[in-house]
Amino acid sequence: MIDRIPSGTRDVLPDEMRELRSMTDRIRAVFDQAGYGEVATPALEYESTFSRAAAGVTRPAYRVFDEHGSVLVLRADMTVPIARVVATRYATAEPPLRFSYFANAYRGVRPQRGQAREFLQAGVELIGSPAPQGTVEVLSLLCEALDAAGLQTYRIGLGDASLYPSLLEALGVETEHRDRVLADLAEGDFVAVEHHIRELELDPAATELLLRVPRTRGGPEVFDDLEGALHDVLTGMRDVHARLAPQVAERIIFDLGLVRSIGYYTGAVFQVYDPAYGVPLGSGGRYDELVGEFGRPLPAVGFALNVERLHIALTGEERGRGGGG
Amino acid sequence: MSDLRIAVPRGTLFTDTLDLLDRLGIDTREVRGNDRKLLFEDSGIVTVRPSDVPTYVEAGAADLGITGKDVLMEQAEREVYELMDLGYGRCQMVLAGVDGEDRAAEALRRLGVMRVATKYPRIAADHFLSTGRQAEIVEVKGSVELAPLTGLVEAIVDLTATGTTLRENGLVVREEIAVCTARLIANPVAHKLRAPAIDDLLERLGGI
Repeated sequence: MIDRIPSGTRDVLPDEMRELRSMTDRIRAVFDQAGYGEVATPALEYESTFSRAAAGVTRPAYRVFDEHGSVLVLRADMTVPIARVVATRYATAEPPLRFSYFANAYRGVRPQRGQAREFLQAGVELIGSPAPQGTVEVLSLLCEALDAAGLQTYRIGLGDASLYPSLLEALGVETEHRDRVLADLAEGDFVAVEHHIRELELDPAATELLLRVPRTRGGPEVFDDLEGALHDVLTGMRDVHARLAPQVAERIIFDLGLVRSIGYYTGAVFQVYDPAYGVPLGSGGRYDELVGEFGRPLPAVGFALNVERLHIALTGEERGRGGGG
Repeated sequence: MSDLRIAVPRGTLFTDTLDLLDRLGIDTREVRGNDRKLLFEDSGIVTVRPSDVPTYVEAGAADLGITGKDVLMEQAEREVYELMDLGYGRCQMVLAGVDGEDRAAEALRRLGVMRVATKYPRIAADHFLSTGRQAEIVEVKGSVELAPLTGLVEAIVDLTATGTTLRENGLVVREEIAVCTARLIANPVAHKLRAPAIDDLLERLGGI
């Protein structure tokens, strides 16, 4: 009889652990250097803490009852617990506040290559620093962390969670249709998005714009012929880009279709890609309303990297370069 | 051609897909001439089972893939982008039963549940859920048409292009569930990192 472990979980043995530890130590040094103090929070939280935050990708998948009958959940990310920490332990502290973490998070995903129920995240939260300077600081730190991890070919997709919803609204698309289009877009089903948009029978220019924007991704030149309804959001994105150091700016791919991280994100959203691995290595964004839901209204931004995926991408890059570990 | 790797489905979509790639200027002669080989480095083509296309594309083992909407519906959890309806390979997902009295309807009325055989358990379950009926889904791997003839089930959910196989087995279509055509799918990371090459391909497909 062989004792199994739940699918989507795994044991880490010394050879792998040594490599993971070496990578997280290098990332931790970057966070420390930038003044992001490391915190730890309980893996178990009250369900009410997570249900306070807007539902979405971070809805907890595992629930247990405690001895009083209260419902506890395994945390689905570290952003929500840190928002709670800020509002309760730093209720009067002078912002901005900077925190980092290396912690397991738990999600009910289908176990596939690189996806897991339990996964180690390395991330930061910058609380009390609005756009654009807070976004710029965190994007720069993200690149430093990826450089320190040893990745060379990574890119960062930068979008805005409010862009497509506000465009739909500005063009007079009703809530019901808006939600359907956004759900299809979050699924990556561009065929259904096009079908629904054509069904709305808007004027040809509006239809063309709605079809084009979510497919738009690339360098700053993608903004050239997109103005009008998108002016405010695009100005915000350009403003962030203009403030980035050259070595950070060259990593950015503007991605106007990036709406995946619905939920508590309010503005800039980003995802980390590497040609050596077929899935995103991490993501982040602005959540200007979440900390306020816990009682301390402060704008905030952060990111989380999936440490195991970083490791897979790193070994992939090394193989691509013909080198060894 | 810009070294994109494309997963091409062997099976009914195979010839139409290779014709499409020919028109895009991708040399498919070697693929057509070789039944056993699976990986064609020169043209960037890998040939796989249609139901394996999303697996390869999701993992990034192929940048793009072509497969039927039926496969994508059945594997809805796959993290792939569905970029274009290619229009060919058109067929219908249907609910079918033995000609004559509707035994499925009778089972539903008198027994509260109908038994349905299919190779597409997820599509079938979603269809009955969304239409508010109880069904017991029986998954079979081959010759679904046999199941209602032997009394295993009262109805089947299956893909049909011309309806010939259904007719020859004395089955008739009771409901149309969805129209399925070939779709172009992309790995989400490749869609960002290989944007110019993929958009160029989409543009040329739009012009065909």
